[in-house]
Amino acid sequence: MPETIHTHIFPNGLVLVAEQMPWLRSAAFSLLVPAGCAMEPTSRGGLANFTSEMVERGCGPRSSRQFILDLDNLGLEWNDFVSAAHAGFSGAAPAENLPAALAIFADVVRRPHLPEHELPAARSLMLQELRAMEDEPAQKVATELRRRHYHEPWGRPAHGDLPGVQATTLDDVRGFFARHYRPNGAILGVAGRFEFEALHDTVGALLADWPPAEPPQVAEQPARQPYLHIPYQSAQTQIGIAYDSVPYRHPDYFPAWGSVGVLSGGMSSRLFTEVREKRGLCYSVHAGHHTLRDRAGVFCHAGTSAERAQETLDVTLGELGRLAEGVFPDELARLKARIKSSLIMQQESSSARSGAVAGDWYHLGRVRTVEELHDLADRLSCEAINAYLAASPPGDFTIATMGPSPLEVPVAV
Amino acid sequence: MQFDKHYLPNGLEIVAECNPEAYSSAVGFFVRTGARDETDAESGVSHFLEHMMFKGTPTRSAEDVNREFDEIGAHYNACTNEESTIYYANVLPEYLDRAVGLLADIMRPSLREADFETEKQVILEEIHMYDDQPPFGADERCRAAYFGSHPLGRSVLGTVESITHLRVEVMRDYFARRYAPANIVLVGAGRVAFDHLVRLAEAHCGGWESRPVTRAMAPVEPRVPFVVIHKEIATQQYALLMSPAPFDDARQRYAAKLLATVLGDDSGSRLYWELVDPGLAEHAGMHHAEYADAGAMITFLCCAPEDAADNLLRVTELHRRAGQDAVTEAELQQAKNKVCSRVVLAGERPRGRLFAVGIDWVCRGEYRSVEDDLQAVGDVTLDDLDDLLRRYPLSPAATVTIGPLEELD
Repeated sequence: MPETIHTHIFPNGLVLVAEQMPWLRSAAFSLLVPAGCAMEPTSRGGLANFTSEMVERGCGPRSSRQFILDLDNLGLEWNDFVSAAHAGFSGAAPAENLPAALAIFADVVRRPHLPEHELPAARSLMLQELRAMEDEPAQKVATELRRRHYHEPWGRPAHGDLPGVQATTLDDVRGFFARHYRPNGAILGVAGRFEFEALHDTVGALLADWPPAEPPQVAEQPARQPYLHIPYQSAQTQIGIAYDSVPYRHPDYFPAWGSVGVLSGGMSSRLFTEVREKRGLCYSVHAGHHTLRDRAGVFCHAGTSAERAQETLDVTLGELGRLAEGVFPDELARLKARIKSSLIMQQESSSARSGAVAGDWYHLGRVRTVEELHDLADRLSCEAINAYLAASPPGDFTIATMGPSPLEVPVAV
Repeated sequence: MQFDKHYLPNGLEIVAECNPEAYSSAVGFFVRTGARDETDAESGVSHFLEHMMFKGTPTRSAEDVNREFDEIGAHYNACTNEESTIYYANVLPEYLDRAVGLLADIMRPSLREADFETEKQVILEEIHMYDDQPPFGADERCRAAYFGSHPLGRSVLGTVESITHLRVEVMRDYFARRYAPANIVLVGAGRVAFDHLVRLAEAHCGGWESRPVTRAMAPVEPRVPFVVIHKEIATQQYALLMSPAPFDDARQRYAAKLLATVLGDDSGSRLYWELVDPGLAEHAGMHHAEYADAGAMITFLCCAPEDAADNLLRVTELHRRAGQDAVTEAELQQAKNKVCSRVVLAGERPRGRLFAVGIDWVCRGEYRSVEDDLQAVGDVTLDDLDDLLRRYPLSPAATVTIGPLEELD
């Protein structure tokens, strides 16, 4: 098997991790900078997102307009995002345009202008995003559920809050940039068609002299409120349920994650079968495993007419209770088939792999090859999943609902 | 990369773009039917039927269908729009035979009454869900406003009333009328051996009874009303604008896609600089939609209610100016770079190719490779854009706005 995954750690701490996929015409990158919303001061909810918006409003030799024009001329499909831990910048393009795209984003993370005259427009966009979120009830419930399930600051939403966005000043943005846009803790994942030596030289020239900075201390606060109802005069009630799980780096991760696959993977999964197919209670019902570096949760969602919401909640909680009794060999076989095809289909997308290699490095300090993942999937057994579920049954739920009236929930309110 | 086509004696068409190097195989049944083929009494039946197709056949229960798709690790789904209904699966090559067998079996469903009544509740929940998300209702309302009594003005989802009153016999009649083999194309992409696909189709679909199928086609008489829909629980104001665009001439269609990119792409477009970059709107964009007998240029806007009137004026002004304030060579080149890059990236996945090949074939009976698309995009000139704007001015446009405002001047 030829070596297709390369890593290099520059002296300033920046990690370059790259996977060659020479059968593709494209190349993609995912640059994670340790400037996520968990680093925001409590009074400045949304500052990480605000900063991420501002660094793109002019950088290096480019004005705000020239920045977009240059990216468009490379045909780069690009995106930015903010998670609890990172501000991320990703892109994919025909392979020959990768070095030029990296040069632009090196300017974004090192030499943004952060101009005063762009501040009102950036703020206005942040406020628009907050307002648009109000028209997406399912997303709003998911946001409130995560905020209550994880310890502060790990459950914060990237888009922040109204007072935080309104209070943010240019000094806040410049200060946040200066403290958190740093190479130590940053990861650049690349995947697709490239020569590693050339890539290494390109990245070195762009980022090797980026000076490191002191990592901040993040203070945690347990802030759990087990049930929240948001009154809303809608046709449907949105229901969110969360419980603890183990993170990607934990030895029990695959059994824990596999149990969620049985609960809500394909259309033969338990939630879909029991809640939608047999009872017709809702159109949308699903559960997903979400991992941070040191903690994780399972987040379930269902949306249904207000008068059927209580039954939907009860049936869903019943399925979570039944999960603790264990999973069956036929369910595991279907789960493995789905894992296998997802892994192989990832090989068709440079974007998917560039995100995966960067994420692996963040969680594990190394990259799992596709072969290793196949092997882990093959070795997953009912015994391992059931032992995990017996020791850590779904329970101690955090619940959030949004709709005309609250529901009866099995937790102390 | 090799394209092939074949007809079965009963009228079923089989087309595939075969790539022996691909990691996966994608296959789908594309049915030429959708909301436009419904009568008033059937409103919403195409989409409801799409759900019912997964509810079992004479030899499989609904649970069997879901379980078997999951056993082969398929990425599978279905979708319904105004004029087509698509059932597809993306699988590893070793499961292609089972995927085709399963998809073919569900194309001849039992449509049992008990399943129909249970699934009716799911459809009603889907309607309620979109009802709580104001931007989603707007596109159906805008098509209705623009197309008027033309079949393309029909709702895909139907209404709570039409779905509640729908009877299973009506669905069975619709199925018998629309799902004849001559109205269906089996499409393959990725690692698929064409001769083998044809043999699978013969084995699984050869016995389907042939029946004649027709579709009412009519010239569109675009209407340009201004409609305000008051939605009290909404926070933002949403607007959709619709104006005529080409649908049959290839050169004009690519010109329309490039014009939509210049004027209304998500970033770097005229709308972006005018509305999104300065923070006047949360989102503003444009795209070109094409149907069998009509095309449309669609503009979408989401902003704070208090800015909606000014923003709509800005959009209309930008539309009006598009002719005089000619597109520059640099703008055109920038749009070409973006569109070409998207074609290349989507073309790397069999799933992406399945939809591109299937829709080209079902809508226009033509095959276009990734290279053909790149070439066609590259060939568009500024004169083509001028010509397009002369034939298809963007203003006046049908306008539908939905949100907390009760009126809007």
